[in-house]
Amino acid sequence: MAVIESIIQHYNHWIMIFLMVSGLYIVVNRGNMVKKLVGLSLFQTSVYLIYITPGKILGGTPPILDDAFTVYSNPLPHVLILTAIVVGVATLALGLALVVRINEAYGSIEEDELFANGEDGT
Amino acid sequence: MNSQLPALQIVLPLLGAVLCAVLRKGNLAWGVALVTSLAMPVISGLMLQDVLASGPISYAMGGWAPPFGIEYRVDAASGFLLLLISLIGAVIMPYARLSIAAEIAEQDVPWFYTMYLLCLAGLLGIAITGDAFNAFVFLEISSLSTYAMIAMGKDRRALLASYQYLIMGTIGATFFVAGVGLLYSMTGSLNFVDVADRLAEVGTSRPILAALGLITVGMSLKLALFPLHVWLPNAYAFAPSVATAFLAATATKVAVYLMLRFMFSIFGVSTTLANLPIGEIFVTLALAAMFGASIVAIFQENVKRMLAYSSVAQIGYITLGIGIANQAGLTGGIVHLFNHAIMKAALFMVLGAVVYRIGSVKIDALAGIGRRMPITMGAFVIAGLSIIGTPGTAGFISKWYLAVGAFEKGWWWLVFLLVTSSLLSVIYIGRVIEVTWFRPLSKEGEKASETPLSMLIPTLILVAATIYFGIDTSLTAGIASKAADALLAGLR
Repeated sequence: MAVIESIIQHYNHWIMIFLMVSGLYIVVNRGNMVKKLVGLSLFQTSVYLIYITPGKILGGTPPILDDAFTVYSNPLPHVLILTAIVVGVATLALGLALVVRINEAYGSIEEDELFANGEDGT
Repeated sequence: MNSQLPALQIVLPLLGAVLCAVLRKGNLAWGVALVTSLAMPVISGLMLQDVLASGPISYAMGGWAPPFGIEYRVDAASGFLLLLISLIGAVIMPYARLSIAAEIAEQDVPWFYTMYLLCLAGLLGIAITGDAFNAFVFLEISSLSTYAMIAMGKDRRALLASYQYLIMGTIGATFFVAGVGLLYSMTGSLNFVDVADRLAEVGTSRPILAALGLITVGMSLKLALFPLHVWLPNAYAFAPSVATAFLAATATKVAVYLMLRFMFSIFGVSTTLANLPIGEIFVTLALAAMFGASIVAIFQENVKRMLAYSSVAQIGYITLGIGIANQAGLTGGIVHLFNHAIMKAALFMVLGAVVYRIGSVKIDALAGIGRRMPITMGAFVIAGLSIIGTPGTAGFISKWYLAVGAFEKGWWWLVFLLVTSSLLSVIYIGRVIEVTWFRPLSKEGEKASETPLSMLIPTLILVAATIYFGIDTSLTAGIASKAADALLAGLR
C-alpha cells in the first residue's frame, strides 16, 4: 500500500518521467525527421513540468501581498518556463525549417533513406 | 563607464546582430560585425585587468541586486574565457569578408554576420553570467545561431549535419536545464554563489545527485566528450570555413567552462569528486577520446573532417585535466582550453584559405600545394606542431602541466599514455604535411597561389600566438593557475 500511496502522491513526477522517456524514445527510435522533432518537443515539455509543479503550493494564492493570506505560490518558475517555452518554439521552428531544406535538397526526410547512400560524410 | 563593462560585453554584439539584419548589405554588415567584435577584446581585457588587480567583479543586471536579480560575475576563470572568446572573434573577422563572400550566397551574407554576432553574444553570455537559468538562455542563443551558421555551408550535407547537431544539442541543453530545475527546487535559488552556499546546508541527497548527473551529461553532449561527440565531425566539416574556425575555437570551450563551474564551484570538490568516481570516469573517457578519435582522424580523406576528429581528441586532453582535478592538472586543462582554441582556429583558417584558392579540402587535392602557398602551409606546419605538442609551441605547455598533474597524483602510466597519444597526432598532422609539401602538384593545385593578405595576416597572428604562448607562459599559465585556484576554492 505504501508504494501505491507514494506513486499517487508523486503523480506529477510520474507524468514528467513518462513524457521525458517517451520523448527521448521517439527521438532515438524514429527515422522520420519531423517525428524526431515532435519527440524532442515532448522531451522539452517534461522539463517544463520539473519547474512548474514544485512551484504550486497547495492552498497557496498568487503572490499578491494581502493581510488575509499567508501562503503564496512561487511565481518565478512560470516566468522561467515562459522563457524556456520561447526557446523550445525557436528550436522547433529552426528544426522544421531545416527539414524543409533537407527535403528540397534530397527529396526525402527519412533518415535510413538519407544515410543509405553514404550521405553521412564518410 | 568602467562599471558598465559587463553589460556592454553582451549588449554590444546583440545590438550589432540586429543592425546586421536590418542593413541587408554584405559589406555593411561585415563592417558592423568587424567594429563590434574588435570592441569585445578591449572590454574583456579591461575587465580581466580589474579582476586580477582587485578581485571578482559582480554586476547587478538592471539594478536588481543578486541573488534575486541576474548577476554578471567575472572572476579569473570567466575573465580568462571572455578574453579568449573575444580575441578569437576579433581575429577571425578581418579574415571573414573574402572567405564568406566566396562560400555563401550573396543574399545570405548579412544573415551570416547576424548569426555570428548572436553566437558571440551567447558564448560571452555563458562565460559572464552568474545565474544558472540565464546560462541556459545564453547557451540556446549561441546554439540556435550555430545551427543556422552550419546550415549555410555549401554542401547539402551541411543541412544534415546541422539537423543532427540540433537534435543532439537540444537534448544536451534540455538535460542541463532539467538539472538546474532540480537544483532550483532543492535550494530555491539560481544564483551560482547562492546555490553553492545553500547546497552546503542541503547536503547530498538523491535530487542533488540527479541534478549533478543531468548537468554533467548535458554539458558532455555540448562539449563533445567521447562518446557523445558524433555531431561534431560533420558539423565542423561542412560548415562555412569561418564558422568552423570560430566554433572549433570557442563553442566547446564554453561548455567546458560551464561544466567546470558547476562541478567545482557549485557542487564543490568535496561532495562530487571525492565521493563519486567522476574523476575516474572523466579520465577513462578522455583517454578513449585521445586514442579513439586520433586513430579515426588518421584515416580521414577530408582534411577538415580530420581536424574535427582531432578536436574531439584534444577535448580529451582538456577533460583529462578535469579528471586529474589537482591544481597542476586543472591548470593544464584550462591552459589547453586556451592553447587549443588558438591553434585549432589557425589550422581551420589555413583550410579556409585553401578552400578559397582551390575549392577543396580533400587530401589528394592538397598534394604539392605547399609550393604554391608556402606561407599559408607554413602556418599549417607550425600550428600542427603545436597540436602535436612540440616544445617551443603552446601545445607543449598544456601537456606539460597535465603530465605534472598526473605525476603529482602518482599516475605515471598516464604520462606514458599522454606521450603515446601525441604520437598519433604526429601521424595525422604529418600525413598532411607530407602530402602538401613533398608530393607532385595536384590538378586542383594548379590554380593555387598565395592567400590574400586580409586572410593571411589573421592566420599568421594566431600562429605567432601559438609560438609566443609556447615561450612566454606568464599570461596563459599564470591566469589559468589563478583560475584553477579559484575553481578549486569554490565561490566562497
